[in-house]
Amino acid sequence: MDKENARAHRKACLHITLALLAVWFFISFGCSILLRDWLDASLPSVGHAPFGFWMAQQGSIIGFVLILVAYAFLMNRLDNKHGYTYTKDK
Amino acid sequence: MTQDTLNFIFIGLSFALYIGIAFRSKAGSTTEYYTAGGGVSPFANGMATAADWMSAATFISMAGTVAITGYDASRFLMGWTGGFVLLTVLMVPYLRKFNKATVPDFIGDRYYSKLARGVAVGCAIFICMTYIMGQMRGVGVVFSQLFGISITSGVIIGGTIVFFYAGLGGMKGITYTQVAQYCVMAFAYAIPAIFIAMALTGNVVPQLGLIGNYTAGGELVPFLEKINNINTELGFSAYTSGKMSTLNMFCITAALMCGTAGLPHVIVRFFTVKDVRAVRKSACWTLAFIAVIYLTAPTIGAFARVNLIEKLHNTPYSEVPAWFQEFEETGQMAWVDKNDDGKIQYFGPAKSAAGTFAVFQGKAPEYPTFEATPDQLTGKYGERLLANKADDSNPNELWFGNDIMVMANPHMAGLPMWVIALLMAGCIAAALSTAAGLLLVLSTSISHDLMKKIIKPDLSDNEEVNYARFASFVALAVAVYFGINPPSQFIAKTVAFAFGLAASSFFPTLLMGIFSSRMNKQGAICGMLAGILFTFGYITYFQFLGGTPDQYLFGITPEGIGFVGMLINFAVAFGVSAFTPCPPEHITEMVENIHIPSASAAARESD
Repeated sequence: MDKENARAHRKACLHITLALLAVWFFISFGCSILLRDWLDASLPSVGHAPFGFWMAQQGSIIGFVLILVAYAFLMNRLDNKHGYTYTKDK
Repeated sequence: MTQDTLNFIFIGLSFALYIGIAFRSKAGSTTEYYTAGGGVSPFANGMATAADWMSAATFISMAGTVAITGYDASRFLMGWTGGFVLLTVLMVPYLRKFNKATVPDFIGDRYYSKLARGVAVGCAIFICMTYIMGQMRGVGVVFSQLFGISITSGVIIGGTIVFFYAGLGGMKGITYTQVAQYCVMAFAYAIPAIFIAMALTGNVVPQLGLIGNYTAGGELVPFLEKINNINTELGFSAYTSGKMSTLNMFCITAALMCGTAGLPHVIVRFFTVKDVRAVRKSACWTLAFIAVIYLTAPTIGAFARVNLIEKLHNTPYSEVPAWFQEFEETGQMAWVDKNDDGKIQYFGPAKSAAGTFAVFQGKAPEYPTFEATPDQLTGKYGERLLANKADDSNPNELWFGNDIMVMANPHMAGLPMWVIALLMAGCIAAALSTAAGLLLVLSTSISHDLMKKIIKPDLSDNEEVNYARFASFVALAVAVYFGINPPSQFIAKTVAFAFGLAASSFFPTLLMGIFSSRMNKQGAICGMLAGILFTFGYITYFQFLGGTPDQYLFGITPEGIGFVGMLINFAVAFGVSAFTPCPPEHITEMVENIHIPSASAAARESD
């Protein structure tokens, strides 16, 4: 039972991790480097900055912070679901 | 009140604060020394980690790099923030669960091998040493500029201060000191940016100003269009388009990200919080605090570039603002009047047939010695003359160092003196906080992993802390020595080393240790060695043995080769482990255990 629970938790955790890493790859390497020229030309600019340039200098960094917030939220929810609690004292 | 007095007051006050904090939180035991007893709040740890991360080089030079290369500099902005995503989702929660004091400790236990531990200790020492040298040099340079003392005494003073609060206070002392240092740095960085954004774009938020309108010139123009126009008019490539090849940009960004996720001094920061849940929260705070500074850096770079060119280009030397002469005096700006018209001209490579824009021959400005006659020292317009020969293949006359953008920014914008004093205090805070964090990793690697785990297993807790203090003294003495006698261009080049090595050694080895229960010691050791040797060899060949750019593998510069080294590490490790025996049962169990997030009582007691 214990082992099964742990395995299920680990699998779900891996899914969250991979999904977030896909987002991470897309906003950094994808938008800001590989697809940059295409995005600059075809998406509306952010303020006066071309989209790809904006992603490279500001957007991706904001995105990274949001990814970590999502990670903390999703993982804490997952831990609760699988009954992993944390002691209040030390 | 003069600028010097203000500088003294700001820096004196900040020092009093740091030392006061360090004194109050002096470490008593090894766990307090190594990981602050594991009881730091996620918020405080986030701030401390951000301060640890922002080194003097980042604080001073990053904005300058952005100013000069525009889009291409995004690799640093993304590499040094995106790495924290990898660090948080792949590394630290599991390493924290494992609950050991250092990174080599994990590698040694996970791969059940003293050799693996030894290789890891070697890498940790090398990475930290290259970093800390640059920090000591940075402290020395700032001190010498401030107080008019020699760089040597500046480095020694800085070293003494770091030793007192890092060597004696341990992790507990530096964590709380770094919290204070982050606050100083953030203010020092943001306040000038806000003032300048208001002056140039009429926007209080610099990040919005960058994508908004340029308002200082009368009619409204989009700011980025303005800077693109300036760049192309003067013969540089447009600010928002890059010059670097996509593959190279990709590899460098990847190497910086993976390197970040494998840097031992960043990883150990997360051992100071209570449990896995606190690690996740702390990582959010860390990246948020870092993002504040990394989102400000590109704005400072862009604003400073516009300001600098508007103030200096085509200005007669007799009318330049006073700060230009101050920076000439310290050797950070130089003017060579090639066309003899008494005006400063600043041009890019597209303005010359040769495609160059070097002002003079040689990499850095050199000045005539003290015996030189007055007409060798000062030119006919009163400018400081260089000993370098002018490079006559192009019309560019203005030279400035990368570091100048942040330092000259408040001067250029005519900001009040206290802003400059705050900037100085911030710069020293950046150097000290990073140096202290690195020193701690260095000393614990030696005392814990080398002395206790490899050489003398019967070391008592008390002796171990004393060894750590002694090791930090020795490490600092070495760092101070290299701070005073830097191996010339060495320090700047070794940054590529530190990240390349971290990316090709620690990152893949830790990752496989956490996620693959099949990975055995043979695979890990061969992988680490292959990754390191390849990366080390490539960088050494091109940086020190005179390799030329046309020999680059697929056009990848040494900065980005760590990424290839990492792939080699993975390939070799999996290849070798497939043909060698499985790791013992207790290791497989251990790997399963670190994926269970809550702290189990059994694991804590067996420590």
